[in-house]
Amino acid sequence: MYVYDQYDQQIVDDRVAQFRDQTTRYLAGDLSEDEFLPLRLQNGLYIQRHAPMFRIAVPYGMLESKQMRMLAHIARKYDRGYVHFTTRHNAQFNWPELEQVPDILADLASVQMHAIQTSGNCIRNTSTDQFAGVTAEEIEDPRPWAELIRQWSTFHPEFAFLPRKFKIAICATPDSDRAATQVHDIGVYIVKNDAGEVGFKILAGGGQGRTPLIGSIIKEFLPKEHLLSYLDAALRVYNRLGRRDNKYKARIKILVRALTPEVFSGLVEEEWAHLKDGPTTITQEEIDRVNTAFTLPDYKDLPAENADFEAQKAENAVFANWVARNTHPHKKPGYAAVTLTLKKTGVAPGDATDAQMDSMADMADKYSFGELRISHFQNVVLADIELSDLYAVWEEAKALGFATPNLGLLTDMICCPGGDFCALANAKSLPIADQLQHRFDDLDYLYDIGELELNISGCMNACGHHHVGNIGILGVDKKGAEFYQVSLGGESGVNAKIGKIVGPSFGEADVADAVEKIIKVYLENRTEEERFIDTYERIGMQPFKTRVYADA
Amino acid sequence: MLMPKIIKDGQIQDDNWQLIAKDATDNLPTGDIIVPVELWKEQADSLNQRDGGVAVWIDAGEEAESITADLDKIAFVAINFPAFTDGRGYSYARLLRERHGYQGEIRAIGDVMQDQLQHMFRSGFSSFALKEGKDIEAALAGFKTISEPYQAATDLPPLFRRRD
Repeated sequence: MYVYDQYDQQIVDDRVAQFRDQTTRYLAGDLSEDEFLPLRLQNGLYIQRHAPMFRIAVPYGMLESKQMRMLAHIARKYDRGYVHFTTRHNAQFNWPELEQVPDILADLASVQMHAIQTSGNCIRNTSTDQFAGVTAEEIEDPRPWAELIRQWSTFHPEFAFLPRKFKIAICATPDSDRAATQVHDIGVYIVKNDAGEVGFKILAGGGQGRTPLIGSIIKEFLPKEHLLSYLDAALRVYNRLGRRDNKYKARIKILVRALTPEVFSGLVEEEWAHLKDGPTTITQEEIDRVNTAFTLPDYKDLPAENADFEAQKAENAVFANWVARNTHPHKKPGYAAVTLTLKKTGVAPGDATDAQMDSMADMADKYSFGELRISHFQNVVLADIELSDLYAVWEEAKALGFATPNLGLLTDMICCPGGDFCALANAKSLPIADQLQHRFDDLDYLYDIGELELNISGCMNACGHHHVGNIGILGVDKKGAEFYQVSLGGESGVNAKIGKIVGPSFGEADVADAVEKIIKVYLENRTEEERFIDTYERIGMQPFKTRVYADA
Repeated sequence: MLMPKIIKDGQIQDDNWQLIAKDATDNLPTGDIIVPVELWKEQADSLNQRDGGVAVWIDAGEEAESITADLDKIAFVAINFPAFTDGRGYSYARLLRERHGYQGEIRAIGDVMQDQLQHMFRSGFSSFALKEGKDIEAALAGFKTISEPYQAATDLPPLFRRRD
């Protein structure tokens, strides 16, 4: 974990005081509604359907157990006993009182947490791989870089009022991308060049929402020390030239597309030529400092295999199944990363109660060096579990409802809070998730279907990442009634793609049937090795379309 | 009528500069005026011959470069914020300071309030005309919201070059 020094702490404390003052001025009438709006948004506070929605940052997904307990405390004291984890390392509460938000911020600051820039037209939380630092796949740990970006972007004086929100993701694994990097305003891939030096490949102009686009490469190789000056250059070009006349055309993706990626990249280079080697150039001392501030777990030297663990798997097929599905290989021999799935049938995807959060924190303390992570798929990861502890972890996770072995399967769906909570939504998303969870509740069936990313958004803003779901479901409003548009073929990983709409939308009652028909077409057509997305790529849209709209 | 006030160099001061709107091309008032950059470009010579000082204001979208050739001919540059949420002016101020070496006054005008002052100051603004109805005394607190900011700007190198 990155541990704050006195400067980091002072900045979040200053923010608490600032927001307390802004809230006081608003409540006293010294700040108008319109004036307060961007100020509260930059602190993660939306006014929603029922109450303000309050979004807290979990930088690059990392939480200490005491921070998870603080979220539980907030859920209990200020909210209705639960939290919602989002796809971009945020925790959301749906029922706080505006007057109490400064107190919540003060509580958060006491455990090195904040809500800075979790909303508004500014640089948001940098997201990354939930297995950062523990997966052998990575070129190097992306978290120190995410932390450097966090510090650079926090209260950046020039970029606090951009044309639109700005999201950065960083990924260090060449063969898998768990952070949906290519659908970010800026995507950063940690890469190695031919000379063996580590640096960054930079993409710009990806995004979802109304105009979904995959990011374009604007810099093939950026030496490490220039990351922040290059970002300054890219953001300056966007701040100056991005459209401000129409909020639907204000994201950087529209600018990059309008100029062409080549021209945009050229403008950034031109700007960067002035900034390169300036004071923002990252010093080796700072890289070392941030790396050191990331306390690494005190791993034991363990053998790669554990006989008891092997025996437990051999004796208990259900356990073995969970291990195969919900654990990830660890770069340290004798350890595994465990995903606690927040996707149990009957529970809103990504939601956890205060008691569950406390229990997860206890599990982290007991088994995983007191650390937890929030994943892009809205699950919680215990990243450093000894193989000999896996059985006990599984049993505890089962008791808490976190051991549904559906990671990466259809019911491990991404889902936004939708029309039940969100004022922007056109339609509810949670009842659709619930229907699908019940329809595909049979684990054997789910396993037979295999890896599949199904994502649900309640509106065009695409918080539920429907565009990059293998199956995407989007809530739309048709003359006041809620309908659901289904798309196929999206991907969020290294081969990121935007899905294509199957055809006319479905009524709420027909969505699960439509998905089931789509699955049947896949099962009938697949070859032995094919995942859903592979079969779709091979046979195309038509067979799915024909089946879905055939008369019953 | 009370003399309008601005914040300049960290202090509240009387200010007698009159802002000339974009469409007001005739009958300029006497005294010190801040003219739109378009008017300056059209009438720089005659503007210089009148009594009273001439400063130039640029709007969001007009870019810092629209005035860089004439920086030594004008009293100061003002940058307009048509809306508090339009952040283009921050980049313009930084470019004037850091790219073009401008050391004169840069004034923030338009939708300017307490909550932007530190960002504006860090970006290179040196004077601030708050929007009407805002308490200028109270606004002074807006300059020191964040005591030790992280990133480099016109006022400071980045924190990583300042940390103990």
